[in-house]
Amino acid sequence: MNLGIFLEQVPDGDGPWWLMLVQGLEWTLAVAALAWIVAFVLGSAIGVARTTDSRWLVRLGNAYVELFRNVPLIVQFFVWFFVVPGLLPPVKRWVVSVDPITYQLITSVVCLGLFTAARLAEQVRAGIQSLSAGQRSAGRALGLTQLQTYRYVLLPMAYRIIIPPLTSELMNLIKNTAVAYSIGLTELFFRTREMGEMTFRYFEAFGAATAIYVAIAFAANRAMALVERKVRVPGYIGGAK
Amino acid sequence: MIGDLDFEIVGRTLPFLLKGLEYTAQLTVITALCGTAFGTLLAMARLSSFSPLALAAAGYVNLMRSVPLLLVIFWFYFLVPVLLQSLTGAERPPQIGAERSAYFTFIMFEAAYFCEIMRAGIQSISKGQASAASALGLNYWQSMALVILPQAFRNMLPVLLSQTIILFQDASLVSLLNVTDFVGAATKIAQRDSRVVEMYLFVAVVYFAMCYTLSYGVKRLQAKIAIVH
Repeated sequence: MNLGIFLEQVPDGDGPWWLMLVQGLEWTLAVAALAWIVAFVLGSAIGVARTTDSRWLVRLGNAYVELFRNVPLIVQFFVWFFVVPGLLPPVKRWVVSVDPITYQLITSVVCLGLFTAARLAEQVRAGIQSLSAGQRSAGRALGLTQLQTYRYVLLPMAYRIIIPPLTSELMNLIKNTAVAYSIGLTELFFRTREMGEMTFRYFEAFGAATAIYVAIAFAANRAMALVERKVRVPGYIGGAK
Repeated sequence: MIGDLDFEIVGRTLPFLLKGLEYTAQLTVITALCGTAFGTLLAMARLSSFSPLALAAAGYVNLMRSVPLLLVIFWFYFLVPVLLQSLTGAERPPQIGAERSAYFTFIMFEAAYFCEIMRAGIQSISKGQASAASALGLNYWQSMALVILPQAFRNMLPVLLSQTIILFQDASLVSLLNVTDFVGAATKIAQRDSRVVEMYLFVAVVYFAMCYTLSYGVKRLQAKIAIVH
């Protein structure tokens, strides 16, 4: 063990190794945050579609979830990174015109966002279906349209119910960001490997990364517990009487 | 653009790709079996009334579950040779290669996930069963082996199999250590012959077909073995 290595300068870079890892962490968190927004919006829409009366919407939603859940994440990364530009000339022209870093960032956000959306869709559907049928009927009886029933009656309860599984999905997303290393995105895992290979201090580098990931998992867990407490409904699961 | 594609490359390199798929399947099956065994022991430790053991098991499981699999794969890739060296007292770390260290890595990593499944399975068995077993004079190991675990396995079989399908997909990450698994084999050909589009498209389709069929099978099984109340 030699912790002094973190203070040593990166041979061809600017700054010490610890700063390199922190910059990697920033990429990890930025990509995860952007992908979470994509996943949340798309996943909610697909989850809702799967609980509507329209058979086509349900089928379309199911097909999306099956497609994205049955292909390994790294293969999805390669499909977005290599196959999509290879098949679509306009995308190819765009890829050639932009900075490689921008392309890696956008690929990672799209890939992780769509992948996580399938998982969130599954949770949102389960959350809505766990509500009693009376809630939907009550909404309709009050004269709300289907959209309004979802917006004001079903979703506010469903989201609260699925906070625990959403927490693990958020943590999965942050961990999955490491796979973006395969397309060269300079996130935390990429920097960790780089530090190991350039300094031969694998134990220090991997130990630091492990500590950072554990800290993130702990922080995400606490943050979501706080959200859960803040939004709970009196009289319901875990809510005040 | 589609005209430039040459899917015959898949036919020409099929034996090599199938060898990769065979490695992936072997890694999955062995990890699922050993991982479930180790995971069950971990679950028993977590539920133990001896608190240091329960704490150690919980710590291990939570650590494994909070770091990316990719990091664990690389950790063990560097650690296992050093560990073996200190165990055998050899002069230098033995060269065991990423292919073999992957077995160890996946068993250690997936055991944490199998542990949580088995813990839920053991807890799903009513307390009366354990009391009945001890009333019959069975000791802890006997009541676990003969009464609790058989029922826990049965209840959790669909979840264990779903986790195995996830494991089958996760196994593709070893390709980043240059291992010739299914994805690794495709990557090697894609780079050699500059046929990236065809290769990865083929890999995606094969994975989808296999995982979709397997999860459909698990769903059928789930409906079949569900205990009717």
